[in-house]
Amino acid sequence: MPKGLTLDQVAVTKGGAPLVALDRHIAPGEVLTVMGPSGVGKSTLLSVVTGTLASDFRATGRVVLDGQDITDLPPHQRMVGILFQDDLLFPHLSVGANLSFGLRAGGSRADRRAKVEAALDEVGLDGFFDRDPATLSGGQKARVALMRMLLSNPCALLLDEAFSRLDTARRAQTRSLVFDRARALDLPVLMVTHDAEDAAAAGGEIVTLG
Amino acid sequence: MKTRFLPILPLVTLAVMLGPVLAGLWGTVLPAFGHLPAAGEVGPSLAPVQALFDWPGLPRAVALSVMTGIGATVIALVIVAPLTAGWSGTRSFRALERALSPLLSVPHAAAAFGLAFLIAPSGWVARLVSPGLTGWDRPPDLLIVQDQWGLAMMAGLVVKEVPFLLLMTLSALGQTDAIRAQAVSAALGYGRVTGWLKTVFPRVYAQIRLPVYVVLAYAMSVVDVAVILGPNTPPPLSVQIVKWMSEPDLAMRLQAAAAALLQLALVLAALVVWRLGEGIVARLGKRWIASGGRGRVDRPVAMAALALGTTSALAVLLGLAVLAVWSFAGFWGFPDALPDTATLKNWMRHGPSALSAFTETALIALTVTLIALVLTLGCLEAEYRHNLRVSQRGMWLLYLPLLIPQTAFLPGLQSLLLSVGADVGIWPVMAAHLVFVLPYVFLSLADPFRAWDARVGTVATALGASPDGVLWRVRLPMLLRPILTATAVGIAVSVGQYLPTLLIGGGRVSTLTTEAVALASGGDRRAIGVYGLLQTGAALLPFAIALAVPALMWRNRKGLRHA
Repeated sequence: MPKGLTLDQVAVTKGGAPLVALDRHIAPGEVLTVMGPSGVGKSTLLSVVTGTLASDFRATGRVVLDGQDITDLPPHQRMVGILFQDDLLFPHLSVGANLSFGLRAGGSRADRRAKVEAALDEVGLDGFFDRDPATLSGGQKARVALMRMLLSNPCALLLDEAFSRLDTARRAQTRSLVFDRARALDLPVLMVTHDAEDAAAAGGEIVTLG
Repeated sequence: MKTRFLPILPLVTLAVMLGPVLAGLWGTVLPAFGHLPAAGEVGPSLAPVQALFDWPGLPRAVALSVMTGIGATVIALVIVAPLTAGWSGTRSFRALERALSPLLSVPHAAAAFGLAFLIAPSGWVARLVSPGLTGWDRPPDLLIVQDQWGLAMMAGLVVKEVPFLLLMTLSALGQTDAIRAQAVSAALGYGRVTGWLKTVFPRVYAQIRLPVYVVLAYAMSVVDVAVILGPNTPPPLSVQIVKWMSEPDLAMRLQAAAAALLQLALVLAALVVWRLGEGIVARLGKRWIASGGRGRVDRPVAMAALALGTTSALAVLLGLAVLAVWSFAGFWGFPDALPDTATLKNWMRHGPSALSAFTETALIALTVTLIALVLTLGCLEAEYRHNLRVSQRGMWLLYLPLLIPQTAFLPGLQSLLLSVGADVGIWPVMAAHLVFVLPYVFLSLADPFRAWDARVGTVATALGASPDGVLWRVRLPMLLRPILTATAVGIAVSVGQYLPTLLIGGGRVSTLTTEAVALASGGDRRAIGVYGLLQTGAALLPFAIALAVPALMWRNRKGLRHA
């Protein structure tokens, strides 16, 4: 079986009416961009992959990740990472504890702390371990959210309008950081956006809905 | 939480909450029609109903129940609506808002005692103006407290229901787009109060309708406030039911059951009348809106509402102050404003017995609230995981224990427990408390729990956290503040329960509330001061903790400061 993320004839309906459908394979390191205006079901499509589809929707088709059919797996066993437009850092945890939450279990305390410190270092946030996430700038939060997700060792990456809340300068910077990481880790990326610049920066195939 | 157990939790919760109510109603209907084997009576017969109607005090007792109930509800609503209309968003309103939680948590009995100590002929108010303004050098011979019209009782209910309705109104305001509606009506030339009443109030009322019904049902059937502030000969119907229930002659229970059934009918009838009244008010309101009047008396109306709202808040706060003064009072002659000496003697004398009542109160309140909290969180989590949405009908079920008068089903529940020999100990009392604590804990926790951003859960899940992991490691810590607030609400409700403790406990379970109310007839103000203050403390302390703990725990977490 090929590595990568496959949406095999995935179709979502709401109350019997077809809403959104996609049939694509995303190879490792590649980005598939889904574009379209709001309300067209882009985020719904992502929730099929994460396994958090709301109950008033119905989905058909299969989702296959690295050869494993994950369609019926519970969300927390799918190994699919996602970034939203809000950083959604846990407000009750420090920056370091947020990253430790993402880090897979195992290893000594010192070991885990070192891994988290290294991850912070990598995105220029050394010394931020004990900081309150609410005191960070938008760009810093976005980087913490990215590293938190990468520490959980995902096999695929979903981006749900992930850059739309950032100002123009931060946006380009954060975007290239995310795409560079994904490419370095050979992750298939599925991005939904309504911003043509995001799509252009991704450089992969573009599907337009709606 | 086991996945297999979670989906049935809502049903368990409903059973725990409504089971005692339905069982109690059943236990009321049977003896009301002459069937009470424990007393050697086998029905059916109409004798108890007949006996009830032969009681000469009945018309007056019924009139008192209806008048005080409807009166207190109307007055509270008439204070709250223009108060919110004229002042929401202003500085004076925020001061009132800050006083709201403590005011709400003061038990009804303590507030009633405080009010009595303020307005009685020998009360604080009379002392402050005597003999200077009045020339009184001994208390005037006036029947202010326990007046035969039930006015003092109505006042006691109003000062406690105003904060409740105000809180409900404030939480409804968030969902009514009030600020923009007010801006639009102001731009069209409407005064603050008129604009608010015409554009916001209809939407707010639709949201607070059930709480208003709760106030009406409660005020019509309250016992502790009526014992303290209400008339004696005859008392309101609810008090008479409790009197009959506590007579040694078991046959009197039949008459009590008949009266309880009548009480239920009265409350249901009042609710129907109120509903019809809503229609009439709505029709008049539409005509008033169509007339286009911009409101010429807005200012005086707003000032009057603020004065009344402040008076009602002060009545509770000063009442607590006078309870405190009495609890430390040595000799205190009329018309001195303060006692000659302050002493710890009252606390030494009543301390030990009050302390044991405090322990019992705390044990019941903590156990019941913990159970209510687990059931509520379980229900809400089940709703989240399995998409078991609570419908509008579900909301009615939640309000049912609060709408059915306590005096209608608790006597029946006691008779039932008696007949199966389970009327002993503290557990039945806890089960009865749970009936009232559960709805309040649920209502206070449901909105914050549902408002939690589900995407946070999605992210945590995508990071590999299991559903239980998300609940324990992310959702509950983030909701610490509302959870503690709901706990405080639950404890305050349990601490304030009088009738369930008295009836179901069969006189063998003594809480601060039952002890305090029992002191009412004796008139020992120093003892009442001690008990009333402890009772208030037991209800208030959890709210202080609910404020302090998150503030301490999340002192370095800006993102949770307003959560």
